[in-house]
Amino acid sequence: MTDFGDIVVAALICLGAFFLFVGSLGLAKLPDLMRRLHGPTKATTLGIGATLIASMLYFLLKGNALSIQELLITTFLFLTAPVTALMVAKAHLLLDKSERKNLPPTGREVGWSVFDAPGPTPQPEDSKQS
Amino acid sequence: MIEIACAIAFVAISAAMLLCLYRALVGPDMPTRILALDTLTINAIGLVVLAGIYWGTGLYFEVALLFAMVGFLTTVAYCKYILRGNVME
Repeated sequence: MTDFGDIVVAALICLGAFFLFVGSLGLAKLPDLMRRLHGPTKATTLGIGATLIASMLYFLLKGNALSIQELLITTFLFLTAPVTALMVAKAHLLLDKSERKNLPPTGREVGWSVFDAPGPTPQPEDSKQS
Repeated sequence: MIEIACAIAFVAISAAMLLCLYRALVGPDMPTRILALDTLTINAIGLVVLAGIYWGTGLYFEVALLFAMVGFLTTVAYCKYILRGNVME
């Protein structure tokens, strides 16, 4: 293990921990759920990404082979983070009635997919735009 | 140097998990609590990977992978329960 690799691994660990802390701080401090959704996104991509790159570099410089599990964790987290954010936002839109009148019109005969059935079926009265 | 960085990161991630726990306890509605639990899982993944670096074993990556998969599944199951009224249809 060289000195330079040591410094790089330590810097990546500190960067990842900083972004994880900032993501959770944003989750605890921001006032609204739609704004709170932005904090953990940074924690997932930058924090976990930097920590896993640091781990990969550490075990590569230690003399072991390049381990593939970190790449697997990174890929899985990057694939599932948008799905999680979408599901939480849809649940929030369904539960919070005050958000519904802020939604723009869809421009078709079908309303928003959380509230209306798919396809040109008869819509409930409160979702008609005109 | 890596040990010092790991100590700083342990403290920072523990504080982050406490903040997530605060939001999960206080959070005014149910999607906020779900989001806080998901962020808690992500912080736990970071903590497990850091523990793997600190003790120098590659044994903990399976634990981190399991945390990632189970955390995603629980979040989606909670949201499906809110959206549809049940989990399995």
